[in-house]
Amino acid sequence: MGRIRFREPTIIPGFRLTFGFTIFYLSLIVIIPIVGLYIKTFELDWASFREIITGPRFLAAMKLSFGVSLLAALFNVIIGVMIAWVLVRYRFFGRRILDAIIDLPFALPTAVAGIALTALYVPAGWIGRLFEPLGIAIAFTPIGIWIALVFIGLPFVVRTVQPVLEDFDREVEEASATLGAKRRTTILRVILPPLIPAILTGFALAFARAVGEYGSVIFIAGNLPRQTEILPLLIVFRLEERQYPAAAAIAAVMLTASFVILLLINLIQVWSQRRFGNG
Amino acid sequence: MAETASGLSAASAQPARGFRSALTEARPVRIVLIALTVLILAVFLVLPLIIIFVQALDLGLGQALATFQDPDAISAILLTLLVAVIAVPCNLIFGIAAAWAIAKFRFRGRAFLISLIDLPFSVSPVVAGLVYILLLGPFTPVGAWLLEDFGVRIIFAVPGVVLATIFVTFPFIARELIPLMQEQGTGDEEAALSLGASGWQTFFFVTLPNVKWALLYGVLLCNARAMGEFGAVSVISGRLRGETVTMPLQIELYYQEFRALAQVSAFSMAAVLAGLALVTLVIKTWFEWRYADQLAAAGKGH
Repeated sequence: MGRIRFREPTIIPGFRLTFGFTIFYLSLIVIIPIVGLYIKTFELDWASFREIITGPRFLAAMKLSFGVSLLAALFNVIIGVMIAWVLVRYRFFGRRILDAIIDLPFALPTAVAGIALTALYVPAGWIGRLFEPLGIAIAFTPIGIWIALVFIGLPFVVRTVQPVLEDFDREVEEASATLGAKRRTTILRVILPPLIPAILTGFALAFARAVGEYGSVIFIAGNLPRQTEILPLLIVFRLEERQYPAAAAIAAVMLTASFVILLLINLIQVWSQRRFGNG
Repeated sequence: MAETASGLSAASAQPARGFRSALTEARPVRIVLIALTVLILAVFLVLPLIIIFVQALDLGLGQALATFQDPDAISAILLTLLVAVIAVPCNLIFGIAAAWAIAKFRFRGRAFLISLIDLPFSVSPVVAGLVYILLLGPFTPVGAWLLEDFGVRIIFAVPGVVLATIFVTFPFIARELIPLMQEQGTGDEEAALSLGASGWQTFFFVTLPNVKWALLYGVLLCNARAMGEFGAVSVISGRLRGETVTMPLQIELYYQEFRALAQVSAFSMAAVLAGLALVTLVIKTWFEWRYADQLAAAGKGH
């Protein structure tokens, strides 16, 4: 058999029906609209495209969106690894409830999260009140955006690190301790390295989600041009002004960024499978 | 650990007080880490949840319940239910078909196909709404043709809201089913087929019972997201009060009114959606606890 088959033979029926429907539905809902977006962007000539992506308002929104998302995802890594560690390794009262509530940001509608966080962090709110005497405003500043992005990104690192930590072979730790390693050495040199692919994946997922987030941010952000205006909101404004090619151009930049992030996640997983034999 | 009087107690099955296993951290470290975790989760997750209900009850339960007599609120709830009733089954059928094709057959480009199915997760909701406006808006050839020849309006109308919701909830059911069905392999189906079952019989009596919990779980997550989607729906709906406004959009409309009464309405409606999220989490936790083995393969997240 010199010919390379598309599909390996099997007695199970239904390949043409299910594969065909999958491709049809995927094209209709996802692929055609996304390709359409790029085509719309090409309606712009190069000069006007450059004008859009170098405009001060766009650059400010871009810096804010990517910058605050980066800070939020980094914070998510720190607390995410700690939370995963505590949930997997320690036994204490209420652990199951904490474990269950981690997924709240996935289940809670973003607009609901947005108004709840705003109510907490305005100067008269439960938490805003504590910071007001210090002269720190949280709501309607970049700090507020950061809070919202930490909220929606919180589950990603926990949920990618947790299963790897659960499967971690305790005998390796025992070996390390028997060979005289201090606990800190064991954690940093033995336990942490295999967690790195999961941490990177969680970081990338949280970051990608944060850059595109809209509902939970716009209520707490204040939405001042060049100060607290995020990229997705800029798209909404362009749409309301019926400047469709401009909206498409901003969206194309964001989409391309998410493709790059997706590619990175896949590369991390390929690398980790080679290096550690797990996903 | 060195303060134990004899090394013997450390070697015995029940370690003496003060002895610390080499496989865990010192007690103060553990206590600090647990306390920090509880504090962070309380501030970031529990407080936002509590304040929704506190704000909803700000003017008493009567005022909170009065929200649901407002015709705008009723139409938002009905539209949200309608959208979920259409979007979830569409993605259910797709999820089953995709999982069958990907998990039961080996063909080239499977990993790439899975990446494509996951794609809507990493697309901003606003961009999701935008792509349909650019494709089907009244100023586009397709949109104009549908509007003029059939009188069908998609963008700034209910069909657009449904489409946007289908997009953002697209991967949920497929990604619950694919890893589980891959893990289960094709042995059961091959046995059924060789005993003379038809393809559909094999699916309904063999495959479906094997994945029913993962399927239910996927439907649950898909439904929660479908009812709560804000960004994509906000862009595509045109926010026509009483026509294309779903519950999350109605929350925003109430919230922007800045009257105390409207604030209560915003948080009362938010409380309903928060309740839905809590129910989803409780059922999810119960599933994981009861059917840990069947869900383990499906992985966590999203």
